[in-house]
Amino acid sequence: MSAIPGITAAVATPTRLEALAQAISLGVPGKLTRVVNTAGELTYEVAAGELLATAALLRDAPDLKFEMCMDVCGVDYLQHGRDEWNTQSATSSGFSRGVAHAAPRVGELAPGRRFAVVYHLLSISLNQRLRLRVFCADDEQPMVDSVTGIWAGANWFEREAFDLFGILFKGHPDLRRLLTDYGFIGHPFRKDFPLSGNVEVRYDPEKGRVIYQPVTIDPRVLVPKVIRHDNRYDPQLTNAPVHATSIAKPDG
Amino acid sequence: MAEIHNYTMNFGPQHPAAHGVLRLVLELDGEVIQKADPHVGLLHRATEKLAESKPFNQSIGYMDRLDYVSMMCNEHAYVMAIEKLLGIEPPQRAQYIRVMFDEITRILNHLMWLGAHALDIGAMTVFLYCFREREDLMDCYEAVSGTRMHATYYRPGGVYRDLPESMPQYQTSQWRGKKDVDRLNKRRSGGLLDFIADFTKRFPACVDQYETLLTDNRIWKQRTVNIGVVSPERALQLGFSGPMLRGSGVEWDLRKKQPYDVYDKMDFDIPVGVNGDCYDRYLVRVEELRQSNRIVEQCVAWLKANPGSVMIDDRKVRPPRREEMKGDMESLIHHFKLMTEGYCVPAGEVYAAVEAPKGELGVYLVSDGANKPYRLKVRPPGFAHLASLDEMVRGHMLADVVAVIGTQDIVFGEVDR
Repeated sequence: MSAIPGITAAVATPTRLEALAQAISLGVPGKLTRVVNTAGELTYEVAAGELLATAALLRDAPDLKFEMCMDVCGVDYLQHGRDEWNTQSATSSGFSRGVAHAAPRVGELAPGRRFAVVYHLLSISLNQRLRLRVFCADDEQPMVDSVTGIWAGANWFEREAFDLFGILFKGHPDLRRLLTDYGFIGHPFRKDFPLSGNVEVRYDPEKGRVIYQPVTIDPRVLVPKVIRHDNRYDPQLTNAPVHATSIAKPDG
Repeated sequence: MAEIHNYTMNFGPQHPAAHGVLRLVLELDGEVIQKADPHVGLLHRATEKLAESKPFNQSIGYMDRLDYVSMMCNEHAYVMAIEKLLGIEPPQRAQYIRVMFDEITRILNHLMWLGAHALDIGAMTVFLYCFREREDLMDCYEAVSGTRMHATYYRPGGVYRDLPESMPQYQTSQWRGKKDVDRLNKRRSGGLLDFIADFTKRFPACVDQYETLLTDNRIWKQRTVNIGVVSPERALQLGFSGPMLRGSGVEWDLRKKQPYDVYDKMDFDIPVGVNGDCYDRYLVRVEELRQSNRIVEQCVAWLKANPGSVMIDDRKVRPPRREEMKGDMESLIHHFKLMTEGYCVPAGEVYAAVEAPKGELGVYLVSDGANKPYRLKVRPPGFAHLASLDEMVRGHMLADVVAVIGTQDIVFGEVDR
């Protein structure tokens, strides 16, 4: 049992972040796009085709050394920034009428910006973190390369993202469903999958066995999603640069 | 006749050593494991999807139910993520309370682990001893939050309320006479901090007791030494964290390396293993019990000397006090809005990680500026550990599977979410 002598408690200070950003622009030139981000964290976007080469560089470059992949997370941006209750006009029309069921509005989201896979990398030797995001080009059949060859720990996280979002990982050794039931249909964490699900299970006394049937409860919104304008967080205002929005706008 | 070598066996989901609802499909050659395929998800509740449909504060209670033996640490990661996005910082006293309860939670978790792990591989008594101390710590949970397990105590910007001046008392019953009750209540005569201070004095001797039963025990060593060995390089590759990583000899602890709240003011050591087997991970966790006790001691001393506010004084996140609501219409409306609609969090994304008893518990939060999270992802430490079960048990005997599941400290609340 030993204590760690002379330990460097490295809080991510702005200078450290900039040093890391510098190292990345040198170590992985031209492949990554930095995203304006909050709370002292670095986020980069990478094109799906460049993912594997970038990941290998990030792991092996001497200034980066991201030897651990802590998390792989699927995100569905289908309803990002869309509220269910317009606070400007809903006051007179009442609460219940203000809630519109957020049906997916086709055509608003730029193609290839719906499904993303987010990797959280950690370097133990240099004590730094990095977030890497890759958007799937095809919204119908989202697919990215699997990073299991670079970080073996990504295996189950990718299976989970496949299960919950239907994102395919090319080159994954064993891409099966992980968390949902045997024989489950659909990808439950997609934003167009209802919270109540599609099927329910009950015992059928006539058939003498457990059966699946369509859900009998209506989906409902208990608390509508509200986006209120707040001067403190407005990126247009000069005095609030800390909380700039982090989603990079697609070109154009 | 064809000779059959391998056969497949189903382990769980209702197996007492499967730690909950693990279904393990084992391919065996005689008694030697050829392949282990864990089937998880039997406890999947879609916590993250549920959180997307609720205002931020209403999901704190869900976090307790992730890793349901280290409740407050989960809450901590979640509220830290929200705080980072909001750009707020809780008052000092709240930070000390959180650190103190994080460490109490660590002791709770490690006691549960120690008892269950020992029970799995043949030592009954430790379990009883561990639960004796757990009971005292659950009383601390109860005193501060009203519940013994699922506390829902942390809030973005602080904690729900200050530490109570009195402890709940035992009452005589059919099973407990006056003499027993008086003995139990004697320690509970002061406030919560007095009770915890008394506990920290007693606890090191208790850890000695557990160690007497196990550390040099021949059977214990036969079951754990050189079982489930993981090299440091492999541990990094597999995304290990917490005692699983430190047992392999990697000096990494978020409390030291990326300190949050007031961990940078605490004096404690990080135990590190050498061989990366089940026995080393046992030693690491037992030493963590002692170190956690040290941290709790320091927090108690500070908290006794420094009264103050435990919640940030920011009306955008803190609901008005009940006295204010009684006489002030605006406060009542404000309270109603905060309780129903909640507060809006600026658009952005954040990853907040705490050193939970099992390893790095991360919360990745994507906000689009609404009163609910757009996407919440919990990064459970046990998930990465269980994913490597196949690798750790291959070539071991069937009985060692139980030892490896035990050493991974698996809890399905967090693996399945």
